[in-house]
Amino acid sequence: MKELRYPFDERQVRALKAGDSVSISGIVHTGRDKFHKFFADGGKIPVDFHDGALYHCGPVCVKRKDGWAVVSAGPTTSVRENPYEPAFIKSSGVRIIIGKGGMDDATLAAMKKCGCVYVQAVGGAGALYAASVKKVAGVDLLDKFGAAEACWHFEVEGFRGVVAMDARGNSLFDKVASAADARLKEIL
Amino acid sequence: MNIVEKLAGLIRDTSSSLPPDVEAAIRKSFRGEARGSSASVVLGTILDNVRLARKLGSPLCQDTGTLAFYVDAALRRKVSPVVVKKAVALATARGYLRKNCIDSVTGKSYDDNCADGAPVIHYVDWQKPGCVTLVMKGGGSENMSRQYSLPDASLAAGRDLAGVRKCILDAVRKAQGFGCAPGILGVCIGGDRATAYEVAKEQLLRPLGAAGASKDATLRRLEKEILKDANSLGIGPMGLGGKTTLLGVRIAARPRVPASFFVTVAYMCWACRRGEVCVLAV
Repeated sequence: MKELRYPFDERQVRALKAGDSVSISGIVHTGRDKFHKFFADGGKIPVDFHDGALYHCGPVCVKRKDGWAVVSAGPTTSVRENPYEPAFIKSSGVRIIIGKGGMDDATLAAMKKCGCVYVQAVGGAGALYAASVKKVAGVDLLDKFGAAEACWHFEVEGFRGVVAMDARGNSLFDKVASAADARLKEIL
Repeated sequence: MNIVEKLAGLIRDTSSSLPPDVEAAIRKSFRGEARGSSASVVLGTILDNVRLARKLGSPLCQDTGTLAFYVDAALRRKVSPVVVKKAVALATARGYLRKNCIDSVTGKSYDDNCADGAPVIHYVDWQKPGCVTLVMKGGGSENMSRQYSLPDASLAAGRDLAGVRKCILDAVRKAQGFGCAPGILGVCIGGDRATAYEVAKEQLLRPLGAAGASKDATLRRLEKEILKDANSLGIGPMGLGGKTTLLGVRIAARPRVPASFFVTVAYMCWACRRGEVCVLAV
């Protein structure tokens, strides 16, 4: 398990390989469909993503007396952000994108160019990821987007995932898919 | 305890706790994957998550999904749609459910998860007397459900069981990385388009293991064969590679008209949330 801590160092990120297990700590910002559309439409992104992490996640958060608590916070499917992500990577300097299912070749190319990796979080592991959030440092665009789509700022500790797309142009999804296709040919 | 409270409890328990058969199947798969592999890391994370969600009583997946209630038809009055909606609203207010219900025309959220057609309620005559079963199916897995029409030239799939097998394995391949593998398939061979999706989803109510295997010898063989084939593809947990792509396959068949031959696959993620409660004593 490789330990990564915010701010994420470009050299360390570029050294990661598809298939590496990682544990992420520090600040992670959530952003999903409305966030990406907002960015593409020229909206002002409320936080600095440089050397930071973007998490495709729509959490269950509840407001308690002493502030927000995260109840469940697993990843959502990333492909929906394919049309926006290359531009976001280039303009924001984000180093880690966390999500589910992987992204397209254009995103992979942008990651290679800018030094960014895609980490596959375990879909459905909402309770465990919520427990890795030690503090909700804040939230933006809550009124505009609603709780599930807002830009949450989570302080996480030991957030587990697997590098599925690295900054060298390798995608674990593609590798697994090619092997599966070859096997399908054999048995059909 | 009144029925609304009992149903709210069913929602909490179903959302926070995997059925024992599903958890046992994941545990068995975990033991079968190489230590330190992506598959082992993913399955270990899933098992930690299952334990934690149960302990806290919090949703094990933040996508608390489409709620489908299968209610004994004799309970139509006692467990009316009004009663079920009250329970869903209560469960939402208590944080057991995400605000997860969007008006498809206006894009607005129904903050109590209740609207015309939400939750989904089926009054069925095959349910155990006095019982209600709840299935919570998330969007990631629902998006991976598919319907094929045989013959399918792109798959070279004809109108026979070999063609059916090709369709089902294609659905497994296409779910790579998206459906939150290891998954469970509910399949309907034949039927009309609409009922086939219903029947395919109903197969997800059958437990994993021998207890839930098809009573029909041909379908039972097909269930076994497809499970073995799918797990030989190497897709693995979350599509990152490994031996465990599916936890189970459940197949049913329905008659068709001569002109149609549908193969319908309901893809369920590992977070197969189904729960049951008896409300007769209430």
